[in-house]
Formats: sequence, C-alpha cells, structure tokens
Amino acid sequence: MATQELDLYEVFLRSRRGLDHKHVGSLHAEDHEQALEYARDVYTRRSEGVSIWVVRSSDICASQEDDSDSFFDPSDDKPYRHAMYYELPKAVDNM
Amino acid sequence: MTPEENFMRKIEAGEKIEPKDWMPDDYRKNLIRQISQHGHSEIIGMQPEGNWITRAPSLRRKGILLSKVQDEGGHGLYLYSAVETLGISRNELIEALQTGTAKYASIFNYPAQTWGDMGAIGWLVDGAAIVNQVSLQRTSYGPYARAMIRICKEESFHQRQGYEIMVTLSRGSAAQKAMAQDSLNRFYWPALMMFGPHDSESAHSARSMKWKIKRETNDDLRQKFVDQTVKQIEVLGLEHPDKDLKWNEERGHYDFGEIDWDEFYNVINGNGHANRQRIEHHVRAHEEGEWVREAMHAYRDKKRSAKQQAA
Repeated sequence: MATQELDLYEVFLRSRRGLDHKHVGSLHAEDHEQALEYARDVYTRRSEGVSIWVVRSSDICASQEDDSDSFFDPSDDKPYRHAMYYELPKAVDNM
Repeated sequence: MTPEENFMRKIEAGEKIEPKDWMPDDYRKNLIRQISQHGHSEIIGMQPEGNWITRAPSLRRKGILLSKVQDEGGHGLYLYSAVETLGISRNELIEALQTGTAKYASIFNYPAQTWGDMGAIGWLVDGAAIVNQVSLQRTSYGPYARAMIRICKEESFHQRQGYEIMVTLSRGSAAQKAMAQDSLNRFYWPALMMFGPHDSESAHSARSMKWKIKRETNDDLRQKFVDQTVKQIEVLGLEHPDKDLKWNEERGHYDFGEIDWDEFYNVINGNGHANRQRIEHHVRAHEEGEWVREAMHAYRDKKRSAKQQAA
C-alpha cells in the first residue's frame, strides 16, 4: 500500500551568526515544527548551522527557468551598472 | 548569565545580533534612528539627481544617471526592510520622515545646479557615503550589515561614473573646466560634513561604538575620505578647495581646515536651500501614489473574498 506523502519543505541554514540563510535541500514533514526537527536531524548532524528556516515548498513562488531570458533581459543592455565599465586615469583607478 | 550580559558577550565576541535576539531597548532605538536615517537619505537622495535625468547631455549619461537613481531607490528599500526587522512599520517610518522627527543626510538639502554637480555628487557624496558604508559592513546588527554588503557592491559604479563626468569636464573647454571646479568647490565641504560632528561633539557616537553599531569614529572616517580625495583632485587638474590642506609626515595623514559647523547645524535644523522642497516633494509624490496603494488593497481584498467563497 502506498502511503500518502507528507508536504514538502525547503530547508535554509545559517552556518554562522551574521551570514545569510542558505538553501540546503528539502524534506517531507507533517508541519513546520516537525520539519524543523527533521531538518536539524538531517542537515545539521555536524553542527553545520546555528539557525534553520523551513518553508513549505508550495508557498515558494519562483520565476520560471524557461522564461528567464526575457525575465532578466532588461539588465543585459546596461553594462554601465558595473564599476569596471568606467575607464579612469590609472592613478585613481582603485576608486 | 542575564540577557544583557549575553548580549554584551555577543557584541564583544564580534558576533552579530539577529532580529529575534534579546537586545537593550536603547540599542534597538539607536538602530532604528540610524538605519531609518540612512534609508531616508537614499530616498531623498534620489531628488537632486532625478532632477537632471531629463537634462543629461547624452543618451549614455541619461541611462547611467537613471540606473544610479534606481539603485538609490532599491537601497532605500533594503534599509527600510532591515529597520522593519526591529519592529517599526513602513508607515511609521514615512510619517517620521515627513514630519521631520527622522532626519536624512543634510547633503541632499544642497541644490544640484549644474551638470557638473552630477559629477561632484557621484564622486564626492557617494564617495563619502561609501567610506562610511564600507565600515558599516561590520556593524553588529546582522540585517544592517548584510544590507551594507549588498549596497557597497552595487554602489561601486556610482562614484566612478561621477568621477568620469569630472574627468570629461576638466579636460574640456575652459567653461567646462570652470563648471567642474565650481561643483567641486560647492560639494567638497558639505561632503566632509556628511561624516557628522567631531567625535567630541557627537551625541550618539560613544555608545554606538560600544555596541559596535558604528565601527569607526566620525573623525577617522572623515580623515580617510580627505586623504583619498587629494590625489583624485590632483589628477583632475583642479584646485583643492581647502587652502589649509597639508601633508603631516608624523601622522601619515593630511591636516585639513576647519569645517563651518554653523553651516552644518543650520542645514540640519531646516535652513538649507532645499530642506522644505525635499520634504514637500516627498509628501506630494506619496499623496499622488495613494490611489495606487488603494487599488492594490482593493485587489487583494477582492482576491481574498473570492478565495473564501470558493472554500
């Protein structure tokens, strides 16, 4: 008999105080509380983190990979947003 | 260990404080004051440059200036989001700005009169802001530190595009060079004032240093800026606005002339050229956007009730 699958949760880990939480993977759990405990057991067995966030995967709204060309292309023709676009005299180029 | 001792232990160990950690009320208040002032500066700072977008001398310059002003708007958002983690709402922040209980950097109360000012503002005003912000990347409050890291990375082009304008003007006709010199003269001293009063006069400095909200003092940061700017002025072939500037071999720094602190406090207290105009413009733009916010709320409510009916 196939058991019904539990909801999928995405797990984010802060490895050290002051750093961002980073996505590390996902797991199935019954609710947020259980997801946190599972995440601790699965993703921090070697003290990899000081803080965990879990988010129900279905609550994440993501951009579509297939559309990414047109979604991100507004910045393609704006090289002047990068510092190295500007050629300055050598003596002050470390600005 | 009491919560207070635990807090100080983290500060002294160089650990970051995160939103849900216990923190003294005054630490929270101090951060709200500083981060909101920083965010307001980004937002109000859009005005003097926004004023020149339609008058940029070429399409290239227009694109660059537009991108810079967009960045300031984005940076205001990062900072407002960081300060909101401390339990203050966006509405409260905006209200404090518009009623004058919160301040923003005084520099934006100086008018941008010429195209040369676009050069001087990017080079000197953003340059001074970057010196301050690089230091704040190590501030003790996590969300503020992370916002600073992102902002510094994005802002690196702001100063360079300003300096590039100055290079072009100072290599141009006599009139263009004079325009560059005039902008330098008008923005140099206000840029030095951006670092705030002398450490001995600064109301918040000592405690901010103890809590590592600030990592370097106003005077130390100002010195850094003065030192780095000397060569930049020389390369432009312009005259340095400070006649008392002199290399001090012993200190390994430039000595420089005294800042006009009467002017500084006068502008802070509302008597700069553009104080009223800046806030009036903000209020007007905010009010003109009211119908958009209303429409968004109406749409949200409509979607919610449709969902409830379906369920």
